[in-house]
Amino acid sequence: MAGATTMVGSKEAASARPRHVTETAPFRWIWITLALLFVGLILILPLLTVIIEGLKKGLEVYFAAITEPDAVSALKLTLIVAVIAVPLNTLFGVAAAWAITKFQFRGKNVMLTLIDLPFAVSPVISGLVFVLIFGTRGWFGPLLEEYHLQVVYALPGIILATTFVTFPFVARELIPLMQAQGPQEEEAAASLGAKGWQIFWHITLPNIKWGLLYGVILCNARAIGEFGAVSVVSGHIRGETNTLPLHIEILYNEYQFSAAFAVASLLVLLALITLIAKSAVEKRQQRLAASQKSIN
Amino acid sequence: MRHEKAKHIKVLPGFGITLGFSIFYLSIIVLIPLASLFVETASASWAKIWATIADPRVVASLRVTFLSSFYAAVINVIFGLLLAWVLVRYKFPGKKLIDGIIDLPFALPTAVAGIALTAIYSENGLIGSLFAPFGIKMAYSQFGITIALIFIGLPFVVRTVQPVLQELDQEIEEAAVTLGAYRWRTFRAVILPELTPALWTGFALAFARAIGEYGSVVFIAGNMPFKTEIAPLLIMTKLEQFDYAGATTIALLMLCISFVMLLVINFLQWRSQRRVIAS
Repeated sequence: MAGATTMVGSKEAASARPRHVTETAPFRWIWITLALLFVGLILILPLLTVIIEGLKKGLEVYFAAITEPDAVSALKLTLIVAVIAVPLNTLFGVAAAWAITKFQFRGKNVMLTLIDLPFAVSPVISGLVFVLIFGTRGWFGPLLEEYHLQVVYALPGIILATTFVTFPFVARELIPLMQAQGPQEEEAAASLGAKGWQIFWHITLPNIKWGLLYGVILCNARAIGEFGAVSVVSGHIRGETNTLPLHIEILYNEYQFSAAFAVASLLVLLALITLIAKSAVEKRQQRLAASQKSIN
Repeated sequence: MRHEKAKHIKVLPGFGITLGFSIFYLSIIVLIPLASLFVETASASWAKIWATIADPRVVASLRVTFLSSFYAAVINVIFGLLLAWVLVRYKFPGKKLIDGIIDLPFALPTAVAGIALTAIYSENGLIGSLFAPFGIKMAYSQFGITIALIFIGLPFVVRTVQPVLQELDQEIEEAAVTLGAYRWRTFRAVILPELTPALWTGFALAFARAIGEYGSVVFIAGNMPFKTEIAPLLIMTKLEQFDYAGATTIALLMLCISFVMLLVINFLQWRSQRRVIAS
């Protein structure tokens, strides 16, 4: 009560003077206009450009570009890569978050830093390391050649590079979330005799589901859109080892701008869906956290 | 480990298998591949490594990469702070939409951003054509590279500053006002110091990301050796010429710098967390 009255008192005192607790209206509008101009120029204009350039030569050219066999096979390859890389990294993210947040062990901070490592590495380097290991002149190059296996410039290399680049996404979302929730609920369930899987399905998963989904969405967007790392290991074989972003690059370099932007518009769609899903999930997560707080 | 066991009675199952799998997967996907960089460079002769590092073209590409990244990160800090401020403190129509679209660079594939920005800033583009009559080349110059890096780095600054600004206790500002401070002074003396750790973190994140960026830059850069060739592209070029040792040397150099950046980021985060706890 005492706190409340002093607060009211200070507010009255403030209103006696010219109020500077917020900016004056003109300044507010200057800042808002500046911010909106910047967002419009840097973020929104590129989005619109892709759509406009893609449709420039008419719907026929647009649909021809996205239904052309090379584009379809690029789309297929991109989806195959995401379908393998994302679940693998999700499994890792859950396992790593469980070990890190539910138990105490030495070297935890080192592990946290190592998980973040792929974010600090240039995508080109992420591709390069797999060429060093599996390339024709790499460590396992001769061995792979002997058995007529190909990793680099083929599907396995693209999957490996994508997995590397998207490695931290799920773990990064889950670790702070599960850290904040603590192990108490799970420990209570365990003391009541629940088995490991039961605890995970009935206690942990409902608590982390939105955070998990959030991580998966980000991981998926990056897996589909990765360019640099995949570019190094792909070999750029049309209709075979070209993912969608690489297909766009080839079209662009061949001056087929409308086709390049038409295919790019598919990825813009993916980005928009990602953003919408992201903000929806974020809202749910906040609501869940708020309801947990009110229960506690 | 045994020591920890004695101290903490483990009730929950799954420690061994989750940690075991995590370490195994981390090693296979991240650690062993990255170790190959060190092994490859170590197997090269010192003369060869030095020849790569001292090559004027390599030095020039590193210069372009780091300078452009630095400029972009500085601009991102300024406009990132402005955006975070506007989004946290003001009400205006379309605010939710703007808040959502800040994450676009995380969601949009870099190649798409690259060709779109090139189309806008090239001679015939919407903005490029405004400057072309004055002889100013926006795309295919270091300016173009910086624009692409601003796009890539923006959310890092906004998303690190925003939560701090949200948590900021407005009572302190009110106190400053009752003491007669004007708005600008309140901002500089009361608000800005609270935001500084987050701004540093955002700067470092945007900077680190920009150094390694490839997809959005290659289209707009023009890729002229000595002028607009970035280091990641040079790695690519060396690799295509089967100069593995050269490629890994540049990569390792960049990686070392990135690692130092990561340490700095962690330090800044630790410091800003400590400040929050202290206050």
